[in-house]
Amino acid sequence: MYSDKVMDHFANPRNVGVLADADGVGQVGNPVCGDMMTFYIKVKGDRLDDVKFQTFGCGAAIAVSSMVSEMAKGKTLDEAMAITNDLVADELGGLPKNKMHCSNLGADALHEAIKNYRDRQAGRAPADKGAADLHEHEGSACPYCDTTLEEDDKTFCRACRIEFEECPACGGITKKGDATCVHCGKPLSAKS
Amino acid sequence: MKRTYLDHIAATPLRPEAFEAMRPFLTDAFGNPQSLHSAGRQAAEAVEAAREGVAALIGASAPEIYFTASGSEANNFAVKGMALGQQARGRHVVVSSIEHSSVLNSVKALERSGFSSTLVPVDREGRIDPAEVAKAVTKDTVLVSVMTANSEVGTIEPVAEIAAACRTRNVLFHTDAVAAAGNIPLDVKALGVDALSLAGDQFYGPKGAAALYVRKGARILPLVDGGIQEGGRRGGTENVAGIVGLGRAAELAKSEMPARTAALVPLRERLLDELPRRIEHVVVTGSRSDRLPHHASFCIEFVEGEGMLLFLDMKGIAASSGSACTSKALKASHVLLAMGFDHATAQGSLVFSLIDGTTKADIDTLFEAFPPIVQRLRGMSPLYTEYLKQRGS
Repeated sequence: MYSDKVMDHFANPRNVGVLADADGVGQVGNPVCGDMMTFYIKVKGDRLDDVKFQTFGCGAAIAVSSMVSEMAKGKTLDEAMAITNDLVADELGGLPKNKMHCSNLGADALHEAIKNYRDRQAGRAPADKGAADLHEHEGSACPYCDTTLEEDDKTFCRACRIEFEECPACGGITKKGDATCVHCGKPLSAKS
Repeated sequence: MKRTYLDHIAATPLRPEAFEAMRPFLTDAFGNPQSLHSAGRQAAEAVEAAREGVAALIGASAPEIYFTASGSEANNFAVKGMALGQQARGRHVVVSSIEHSSVLNSVKALERSGFSSTLVPVDREGRIDPAEVAKAVTKDTVLVSVMTANSEVGTIEPVAEIAAACRTRNVLFHTDAVAAAGNIPLDVKALGVDALSLAGDQFYGPKGAAALYVRKGARILPLVDGGIQEGGRRGGTENVAGIVGLGRAAELAKSEMPARTAALVPLRERLLDELPRRIEHVVVTGSRSDRLPHHASFCIEFVEGEGMLLFLDMKGIAASSGSACTSKALKASHVLLAMGFDHATAQGSLVFSLIDGTTKADIDTLFEAFPPIVQRLRGMSPLYTEYLKQRGS
């Protein structure tokens, strides 16, 4: 399932930990998806003097975080901002397709930490962490075939050709026109 | 490296006796049971003997047993076949919220052809309240399906009470007993069920051999249309060797169940009692009193299942998890969510399921290997760091 390189970074992750006096902290993901990453950076001049991370998640998520920390250490901030999730996956010798979405967030977490550092330097209040970085997972897949629904149109599954609506009771995506929600069984509004 | 296999719920090893019974039908005795010649008759006799063995395991009569290729197929057959067989009467089905995906997705398939459904909730231990099932039944309901035991949390459901509630309302009742059959005593007449699914790979039989019991007189439409096999209710040439292995495994399960249960329950209890003592923030999932004899399940807080499984595997220990990361669909266990666990806790799902021959030494191996794994993963968990910070303040 995982490449040797992924297994190596999972079993022997580099740069795990917390920097109590970090210059910037970034966090992405949430337990709904199963993966959550926190990156801590120390900046000297324009370079990442130290990078540490903590990750809650699967083997891929831990390996990705470890690889990102290794790739970023010693780089300038601009160079580190140019590290993409895809580059990280390539560097690990590839990731299973179903892990690309949730687990491959390490570069995003690093970028958040750099933004946080830059905000602090500029005297700006750090961007509010909240709903924005919770990418919704529940309900973003078709309840019938589990195909991931298009970001811009969650009301239609292209594979099943079924139209959906959001259940007012549980918020799940359920078939439009059904009497009851497929997830919670509560009646759907009569007019929809 | 010593291998410690604690993943009964994924698959049990094949009993040598079952393998020996199968062997001739994989080699010389290759006849088609539907053939008139002696090679065919030999196969047909073996299939019918196996049917007797499976029937005896659950107190059924042989003609009430239909062989299928998997527990999932048996569940599809029951849910779709019984609901569609009665759609003239009504188009509503009731299932629990912790059913296996083969039941839940069969219900979704029915919904695409105009059925509606009600999901019955469970309590914190994963137990279904028969009164809730009764409440969900409407005059349009034609089928209720509730599992006998849940493979993720081990809870055994009050199937007899639910069956009784269905019978008084004149609604057919199916139970998915794949996790339970061959591991706890089941008698379809005493339970009062109309249909019951079971699978050989959960009681030391081969994979690809399973069965659906359908009470004589209960209406069911075929899922696989074809020839005259299985009374015309399941077309396709019989998997003779698999069926023979299933039959032999059923006979063995029936005779060995008391001794095996007596051997496994103390080991299970030790696991359930001691693991939470040896590791902080470990929650037992499922019922302590009504529980499969081979089943110990937990949520390990602040860590995610896949990481634990990978590290356990490196130590030679095989287990299961219901975490999002270990599922291909990357969704947390619907069972644990239905039981009221939050996503973060559900991600730490871990199931150790014992097999015939599991010893105290195996449990000791686990107790030795597992705490450092949890400690290591917690050491890199932002959720644990957050918890420690809050506890400290």
